[in-house]
Amino acid sequence: MSDFVSGFWNIYVAGIVVLSLLFCLVLLLTQAKGKVNPGETTGHVWDEDLREYNNPLPGWWRWLFYITLIFAIAYLFMYPGFGTAVGSFGWSATGQYDKEMKAADEKFGPIFDKFKAQDVATVAASTEARDMGHRLFVTYCAQCHGADAKGGKGFPNLTDKDWLYGGEPEAIKATLVGGRMGVMPPMGAAVGGGDGVKDVANYVRSLSGLASDSIRAQRGKALFATNCAACHGPDAKGMTAMGAPNLTDEVWLYGSSEATISETITNGRVNQMPAFGEFLGEAKVHLLTAYVYGKSAAAK
Amino acid sequence: MSFHEKIETNVGLLIVLTVLTVSVGGLVEIVPLFFQKSTTQPLNELVKPYDPLRLAGRDIYVREGCYNCHSQMIRPFRAETERYGHYSVAGEFVYDHPFQWGSKRTGPDLARVGGRYSDQWHRVHLLNPRDVVPESNMPAYKWLDRPLKDAAVIGDKMKALRVVGVPYTDTEIADAPKALEGKTELDAVVAYLQGLGLALKQVR
Repeated sequence: MSDFVSGFWNIYVAGIVVLSLLFCLVLLLTQAKGKVNPGETTGHVWDEDLREYNNPLPGWWRWLFYITLIFAIAYLFMYPGFGTAVGSFGWSATGQYDKEMKAADEKFGPIFDKFKAQDVATVAASTEARDMGHRLFVTYCAQCHGADAKGGKGFPNLTDKDWLYGGEPEAIKATLVGGRMGVMPPMGAAVGGGDGVKDVANYVRSLSGLASDSIRAQRGKALFATNCAACHGPDAKGMTAMGAPNLTDEVWLYGSSEATISETITNGRVNQMPAFGEFLGEAKVHLLTAYVYGKSAAAK
Repeated sequence: MSFHEKIETNVGLLIVLTVLTVSVGGLVEIVPLFFQKSTTQPLNELVKPYDPLRLAGRDIYVREGCYNCHSQMIRPFRAETERYGHYSVAGEFVYDHPFQWGSKRTGPDLARVGGRYSDQWHRVHLLNPRDVVPESNMPAYKWLDRPLKDAAVIGDKMKALRVVGVPYTDTEIADAPKALEGKTELDAVVAYLQGLGLALKQVR
């Protein structure tokens, strides 16, 4: 039962505690004796004529010391500290924590349960849920997606209508619970090295109406059909089942310059949305799903 | 001659009695910790000695003074476990020599940062935190994207840790330099961070 490797250590701790308390008490009692003899000194002399009176300890000071001894004994009765004794209060750090968690569950549980029973669209419309969702978002999500949920380079903007894995409530929830592993394999060699990469990059730029070299784009189109269409689709509109982005819109996760696109094609991209299901639990995931869903629904 | 005077005039006796007196606290509060199961045995099978890359990352964590701003100790309070995960327990740190508990949180606690962010996030964030968290006041560690220098001595580090009780095998030590081949300091730190606190991650 005991956490110690042998029973000796309980006796060891309790023994030293008792001895220390006894030592203090004896020391105090012996020092309390003796009367004030006017004029008696300790015999020390400093700086030729400075002497020290040999008086007993002052009463107020001694009594403070007695009180600390009484406090120590009372403490050992009430709290764990004396060998294996758990103390009359039955206090423990983990017990206090469990109590705190229980009290919080009783207080906040019903609010979470209320929203958990509603569907995502209804929760998203509630101002109270939005406030709660915002708190959760800035605690758990803002580090990557930003406090305003607008994301950054490599981290998706959640306030638009563009989705890698789909924007339906179920898809958002699945992303939160299980995470996502986004992998774009390196395609540099497959498209024929430097020139091929440039051709595909120009074609991809032309898809969203960005300035591009039309001859290169023309060559890139053929390379795209054989190398990229499997994930991004023949029309390059992406595939939510693979998390492959739509390349014909104005949303760019890593940037739209020819250099950045070439970098993506050459080296590929790997990024991950960590799984939060087990850490956050159902109720919080539901509120966050609604928060994110609402952010996107509010976009034009 | 009074007892008091005897002590006061005998330096040797004074030293012995002083040492005895000041050691009482340590004898009661520190010594028994070395004979407690929860402080000397790994919490579960997920608590393992650091592999070479993580160990190199740990040393960079120490070198850059990360512990000055980041603790690795989640206390058993709701306000902490809601944000960071399960509170820390002693059995998670049996292979930490020295432990990185820290005592100051200018930045967040890192005891369970493993798996919380993507590797890519850590890379961007370590090189310039403002790129992902505009409000961050963490310094940029721009120089981390360079080859690991201590690949040659990683075996010695593991041997030193073995002396204080980390059960590295001879094969593990012999193979260690190979595990660091071609790795950057950034790789090592990210590997270290991604391994933190996984032993209790899923239990809340």
